[in-house]
Amino acid sequence: MKILIDEERCIGAGQCVMAAPDVFDQREEDGVVVLLEPDPAPAQEAGARRAAALCPAAAVLLREH
Amino acid sequence: MGRRVVVVGSGTAGLATADALRSEGWEGDVVLVGAEPHEPYDRPPLSKQLLAGRWTTDRIVLRTRAALAADGVELLSGRRAIGVDTTDRTLHLDEGDDLRYDALVVATGLDARRLPFGHDLAGVHVLRTLDDALGLRAESSTARRVVVIGAGFLGCEVAATVRQAGAQVAIVDPLDLPLRNVLGPRLGTLVAEVHAGHGVDLHLGRGLASYLSDRGRVTGVVLDDGSELPADLVVVAIGATPAVQWLRGSAVPLAGPLPQDGAGGVRCDAAGRAVEAVWAVGDVAAWWSPQEGRHVRLEHRLTANQHAQVVARAITGGQPRALALVPYFWSEQYDLHLQSYGTPAGTDEVHVVEGSLARRRFLAVYLRGGRVSAVVGAGLPKALRAWVPAVAEHRLAEHRLAEQALAPDGEADGAPLRA
Repeated sequence: MKILIDEERCIGAGQCVMAAPDVFDQREEDGVVVLLEPDPAPAQEAGARRAAALCPAAAVLLREH
Repeated sequence: MGRRVVVVGSGTAGLATADALRSEGWEGDVVLVGAEPHEPYDRPPLSKQLLAGRWTTDRIVLRTRAALAADGVELLSGRRAIGVDTTDRTLHLDEGDDLRYDALVVATGLDARRLPFGHDLAGVHVLRTLDDALGLRAESSTARRVVVIGAGFLGCEVAATVRQAGAQVAIVDPLDLPLRNVLGPRLGTLVAEVHAGHGVDLHLGRGLASYLSDRGRVTGVVLDDGSELPADLVVVAIGATPAVQWLRGSAVPLAGPLPQDGAGGVRCDAAGRAVEAVWAVGDVAAWWSPQEGRHVRLEHRLTANQHAQVVARAITGGQPRALALVPYFWSEQYDLHLQSYGTPAGTDEVHVVEGSLARRRFLAVYLRGGRVSAVVGAGLPKALRAWVPAVAEHRLAEHRLAEQALAPDGEADGAPLRA
């Protein structure tokens, strides 16, 4: 799996961090997503999928191999 | 014939449901029925990036028809559901077609509320759909005087967008402050100051009495105190109502009109089920809230995604998903980016526990009956998120928070508290 972020869409809701804290973080100043793990390990994939499904700005995109 | 889920509504709630069904391993058919002629698109940018002209339609389309087809999701766009027979499990579409379903998901969202007069005039707009937004944008780019009726989130965002494009803007609302019913007087005052600071004329505590027009085109509004405001463009942003007309007379239960009854949505249990084989998700759905002891209908973008997760799991027969459905919304007006977790209400007690309203960088805790109902903030996204567990558990406010006197200057009411 490959994770792509559309930073311009991100509104800093933090849903991705709550779904997968080892994959995503937020910038302090504006809350915009910081991708910690663009190539998540298999154990992280479920969290990444949950993040993409919940993001209210549709800013988290997944490319499944 | 394979089993089939029919999702009525191709907005984000419908799309999220189709996606979640595939993620949950649903192998049968998925049909997405949309009344609008478009591919599924994202609605929040309509009042902001799209209206401002910064984003094109392509940018807000969330999924093309081809991408849906690749996931085995059939999109029937420009088709309207007109009724449902829950005994035969049949959805009736306009033009006389019937669609059999094994599971039906109602995701028809909302219709813009309209005033009983004036919508026949050119230059008077509502904003709900992409077509509404494109029509509004075509006129707002050249409009010189814009009047926005309604100081809710949509009205405030539209006002900010058109003001930043250079138009003179007035906002009219019968309440004495913008967003008062949701955010209360302190934050309402802040929002009023932000708009006034950008040169927006606020006519608060005032209603619309009538329009002035010339040859079928609006030229101004008359307020209930008799004053007149010139306008070449009017945006009526007075809320929206659940799109449930097509369900009247069916066995799908509808909530009463009052907020405490579910605000006119489809009445569902705590997992989104309305009646045998029928679920509802997103803006149209009033789910039973065990915490609040009533049906709650929320018009939030995140709620649509949360609902979709729960309902897709139920339809595929998986273990019920225990999701902490903490509501979230945001609003962007100029450089003020408000964020909220929970269910703030205008009557809640509000404590600024970090930052300051004057600096427009703050974290405000909302208390109802001494328990945390919501946190609302600007410019402190990570600190705000740290409060989510307290909101989810409706924690009792710490004594010193509840007892803190409110600082008159809008500075934090006390030492920063940890969630």
